[in-house]
Amino acid sequence: MSRLNYGTALLSGFRWLMRNHPEVFVIGQGLWSPWYVGNSMTDLDKEFGRERVIDSPVSESSITGVAVGAALSGKKPIIVHPRMDFMLYSMDAIVNQAAKWRHMMGGGASVPLTIRAIVNRGGEQGAQHSQALHSWFAHIPGLRVVMPASVSDARDLLIASVLSQDPVVFIDDRWLYSQECEVGPVDKPLNLNEEGPKVIRKGKDITLIASSYSVVLAKKAADKLSKFDVDAEVIDVRVLSPLKTTVILQSVKKTGRALCVDGGWATCGFSSEILALLVEGLNPSVWKAAPKRLTLPFAPAPSSSALEAEYYPDDDDVVEIVMKIFDKNSR
Amino acid sequence: MVTWSLNSILCDEKFSLPLSIDGVDRELLIEFLKKMVRIRLVEKKLAAERKAGNIGGPVHLSIGQEAIPVAISSHLRKSDRVFGAHRSHAHVLALGADLGRFFSEILGRDTGLSRGMGGSMHLQDLENGFYGSVPIVAGSVPLAAGAALAAKLDKSGDVAIAYLGDGAVEEGVVHETMNFASAHNVPVVFVVENNMFASHMHISERQPLMATSRFADANAIKYHLVDGNDVLAVSDAMADLVASARKDSRPGFLEAITYRWLGHVDWREDIDVGVNRSAEDLIAWKKRDPITRLDTAMINGNCHSPSWRVDFERLTMLEIDDTWDISSKDPFPAPEATLSRVYYDGAS
Repeated sequence: MSRLNYGTALLSGFRWLMRNHPEVFVIGQGLWSPWYVGNSMTDLDKEFGRERVIDSPVSESSITGVAVGAALSGKKPIIVHPRMDFMLYSMDAIVNQAAKWRHMMGGGASVPLTIRAIVNRGGEQGAQHSQALHSWFAHIPGLRVVMPASVSDARDLLIASVLSQDPVVFIDDRWLYSQECEVGPVDKPLNLNEEGPKVIRKGKDITLIASSYSVVLAKKAADKLSKFDVDAEVIDVRVLSPLKTTVILQSVKKTGRALCVDGGWATCGFSSEILALLVEGLNPSVWKAAPKRLTLPFAPAPSSSALEAEYYPDDDDVVEIVMKIFDKNSR
Repeated sequence: MVTWSLNSILCDEKFSLPLSIDGVDRELLIEFLKKMVRIRLVEKKLAAERKAGNIGGPVHLSIGQEAIPVAISSHLRKSDRVFGAHRSHAHVLALGADLGRFFSEILGRDTGLSRGMGGSMHLQDLENGFYGSVPIVAGSVPLAAGAALAAKLDKSGDVAIAYLGDGAVEEGVVHETMNFASAHNVPVVFVVENNMFASHMHISERQPLMATSRFADANAIKYHLVDGNDVLAVSDAMADLVASARKDSRPGFLEAITYRWLGHVDWREDIDVGVNRSAEDLIAWKKRDPITRLDTAMINGNCHSPSWRVDFERLTMLEIDDTWDISSKDPFPAPEATLSRVYYDGAS
């Protein structure tokens, strides 16, 4: 066992991959001076050489396409986008090329590409340095969308994503980097196709469904809710697409109440998908209260610290909305 | 000073004359001629079948441009990686794609090059090094650079080819890719088939200068600007660029000036559609036919008789018609193909 934080867990995943898989290489901006990505890629270029850790020109669109082409040629590239906002330049390579290549070419060619996109919000950085756009990618057939919340998943789902034969959008949130945990050695790599939502806290009264940093909020809220005699079950979605539905449906069937906490916007967002899944998938008699969701306000992220503090939900906001579902007062 | 004008190629009568074939191996000339004629007849067949309503989707034909892929492909090996775009029938055929599998793909059949999932605009023939063609303009250009980067990492000496048109050069990703390929020594050859039209718009209406090789110069990439209807000129230029790519891992840029005899899509000449495309231009360009210029030179040089082409075309048409008839009877993909080919191994 070793004590890792989320950032060093990612780093250990990169190192495991590059030691054990010569076909893995990393490309993206800032990789020879990786202060953009916390401690998650420190000194990879020194250990594995600058041929395999490529610091690229400021060309998101082309470099993502380059990674797709290398993936078609026997490599398992990881393209790193230190901010998801800048990655929007590369939507053609991701959505038109990587996601569709296997299907439109008849199934014979794989794109084993991992697109690491980092959510990097707060700190008065404003609207173009903050977005969590996982819902966009979860909309696209052909992509796998992974959002690890725990320290062990940061490492193990990174490894599983890179070893997958499909293109994976792997999204991590810098607000998770300081979490710490004891983690064992990499045993047998996970098969991404078999991974999906997990119950990380058992409860009987309500199901909190979350991914990435929202899982932290849901866990903290669940602890606070126990003081109000609300026993919350928490599900970490982990793999948003293709979405495995059984664990989520079974939990809500048991609790009869659901709140989806999501770091994106509500409209046509991942939280919409979860609520639609529950409404379509469960008998109306299951429900003890209408399902709810907690998301960002439908506005770009403000820069001003006063507005920013209100913009991002915290664990007390989760508690408050759950208490409303139970028609109790949390104050 | 370079003016990046095409006048020296566009306005010189010599580009209508038979090619200069002195000292060129006769077998190579025959191979070039056969391949160009075969590709033209295949595309004429597609034009006729599309007009007759027997092909459901659009076909972007390259009749008049055959010299370029035939010359390019003669310098490639099976382990090289070729990427194309919406007008890529000739690219894949010149590499040696099986005609039956090609036709079956056009017809959306399970036996097709892309298992019937792609049609005319999404072709793949990995056996012959054709990694794929896609219709998003310039979409495959960075992919070609990535395939070349993989070859470089593997030290295989393989190269990648990015076929693109003069319209694609207006996409930003092309410039990003040229910059990266040059800065990082990536062995990719950009082949610009400059037929002077992007859909209906003439290049003079879209760009301040006509020669797209100016962008290679700007990125310190070695380039050649050649008459794209001279199969030997294209071949010589390609030989030089492929050698630099294989030996020195340097990118190259080949700009071949040509003209498509038909419109942007399907069988019509579209002389009334283009902003700057007239019947007179078309007549002038047909005098610069890459096939006739080689064939006439070979007749003049006693390489073969005037009747050779007639006989070859007759036999090739028989093969084409027979192959088409067989492909037309091939099965469509099974209904489950739509869902089973999204993720690896049919997973979800």
